[in-house]
Amino acid sequence: MRRFLTIVAALVTAAPFVLPRSLQALAQDTSQVREGVRVGVEYQPGTRPGLVVLPGSGLDSARAIVRRDLDYTDPIEKVVVADAPSGGEGLGTSYGIYKTLGAELAVELVAAPGGLTARLHDLNASRVRNEQTMSLPASTDPGYRLEVHRIADEITRWASGTPGFAASRLLFVSGGRIYRVDSDGDQAIPITAAGGTALSPAWAPDGQRIAYTRLEAGRGGVVVHSLVSGAALVAPGSQTALNITPSFSPDGRTLAFAHSDEGGTDIFTSNIVDRCCAQRLTVGRYADNLSPTFSPDGRRIAFISTRAGPPQLYVMAANGTDQELLAPFDFGATGSSNGPEWSPDGANVVFHREVSRSPQLFLVDVAGRRVRQLTSSGRNEDPTWAPDGRHVAFVSDRSGRRQLWIIDIETGRVRQLATPGAARLPAWSRRLGRTAVATNP
Amino acid sequence: MRASPKLMLLVAVAFAAACGGSPPPEEPAPEPAPAPAPPPPAPEPVDDSAERERMESERMAREAAERASAVSAELATMINFEYDQATVRPADQGTLDRKAAILSANPNVRLRVSGHADERGSDEYNLALGNRRAAAAKRYLENKGIEGSRVEVVSYGEERPLNPGSDESAYAQNRRDEFEVTAGADSIVAPQ
Repeated sequence: MRRFLTIVAALVTAAPFVLPRSLQALAQDTSQVREGVRVGVEYQPGTRPGLVVLPGSGLDSARAIVRRDLDYTDPIEKVVVADAPSGGEGLGTSYGIYKTLGAELAVELVAAPGGLTARLHDLNASRVRNEQTMSLPASTDPGYRLEVHRIADEITRWASGTPGFAASRLLFVSGGRIYRVDSDGDQAIPITAAGGTALSPAWAPDGQRIAYTRLEAGRGGVVVHSLVSGAALVAPGSQTALNITPSFSPDGRTLAFAHSDEGGTDIFTSNIVDRCCAQRLTVGRYADNLSPTFSPDGRRIAFISTRAGPPQLYVMAANGTDQELLAPFDFGATGSSNGPEWSPDGANVVFHREVSRSPQLFLVDVAGRRVRQLTSSGRNEDPTWAPDGRHVAFVSDRSGRRQLWIIDIETGRVRQLATPGAARLPAWSRRLGRTAVATNP
Repeated sequence: MRASPKLMLLVAVAFAAACGGSPPPEEPAPEPAPAPAPPPPAPEPVDDSAERERMESERMAREAAERASAVSAELATMINFEYDQATVRPADQGTLDRKAAILSANPNVRLRVSGHADERGSDEYNLALGNRRAAAAKRYLENKGIEGSRVEVVSYGEERPLNPGSDESAYAQNRRDEFEVTAGADSIVAPQ
């Protein structure tokens, strides 16, 4: 019992770090960056269930991955108990003990033949709410971690009704190469060869292909690269001059990109399945049109244009008609806007806009055209949506050099996504299906 | 005024020389006193005109190379831009005018213009901005009568900073067009 008093005392001591939810929602990008875990006193009755991952024997790596995933996913407030109050597995009579820590839910992972059994306990009702035995490859299998992430996403769905996004990956650029990294920052692997300059990676919706600009002698095509077969093709319409900022349509058949030549920079689409049919969507006449991003229904494209002076955010139909301003700006006063990405739910476009010559993340809601600023400290740019439409990865120099960070746009909580070197131009995949599990470049 | 005989002689010699006459024979070298037999093969008459021609042509080539390299340096002179701008500054118009004159005098010379940006703007936008900066120089040269097909436009965005620093002077240096001769560099001549 003395141990519990110690834990509770620690929670009380930690309280000054913790803002009530309502205040957190108002605050932008102000949460403390804290390694590891948050404590249960952040839990507010009536919002999200506090959750504890129970200790147990075996499955240490899977339990550590799941615990971290549940923390990063944010819809669940996690209560962490560093030490087992009672040694063995299962809850037995200790439902009440966890409840006193503010937890409503407890996750239990137990080894099972060929995998594990996951249980979600409802602590208030003192019963098991969900239970499922899931297969899991050996921990040495290249697909092991992604499969554990998938289990964590399912547990998140049990607890909150919405699956998590742990089973996803990000692409980013470091030292001229494109890397792939798991959503928790593990397993950073280079995809393109050393010695080149690769930029602007983008995921196909199926998670099996990527596209990027290969810059060579100031020119470059858009390469569509299969992560499954390693095959690569240069997107039709991008073989000459400089071609940048590729983006896949939601059905994965069309690639939009910007083609730069002496007449300016304009947006084109082409069919990367039938390898044909390059089509020009904008006519800049020395203005720049770039950074296309499809709406999730594939019917519209948001993009950047310098048609009215500094670059700003516009939207058009996917065939290039009906071009109009998307994010309002004051001519001569509002800073340059760049790097847009349409949210997975279609409601918002995230982008960065310069404020006092320093880029900050902004959201514009597509229906109301209201603009909201998300960050304010340091330079923050090139945002990309997590599959849940609530988290956004971006580049920030707040630690002194360009690194990847992730913000929860509902709470403002920010954490770093550790990468081996300086990192920029991140692109977050959708939730990855099993076909993407074991593939390596 | 009467010229002295000595001066008259000099003028005559100079006239003869100018008319292609051979220079006055030098005093013959004294014979070696004893005449041992057989005399070593007489050295070839010292005809250094080839050597002098060679040196002269080398000198001319060197001077031509120096002129060509000055012309090439003029062609390679960078121009700079204001922040987020792709307009040729008045201060750089003279630089481009000289390039246009050189290109006019050297129809075989081709140029590659690469546009660059400082690190502050968006990485991707900077590629488009660099493209616009290179295209602005090309358009300027075209307006001076240079055939567009002789000037190639490329962009490196912010990927190749000239100065790796992160201050205003580094930024100012990095916002630039570079010019590279891609053909006709060997026979380049100065404009008249």
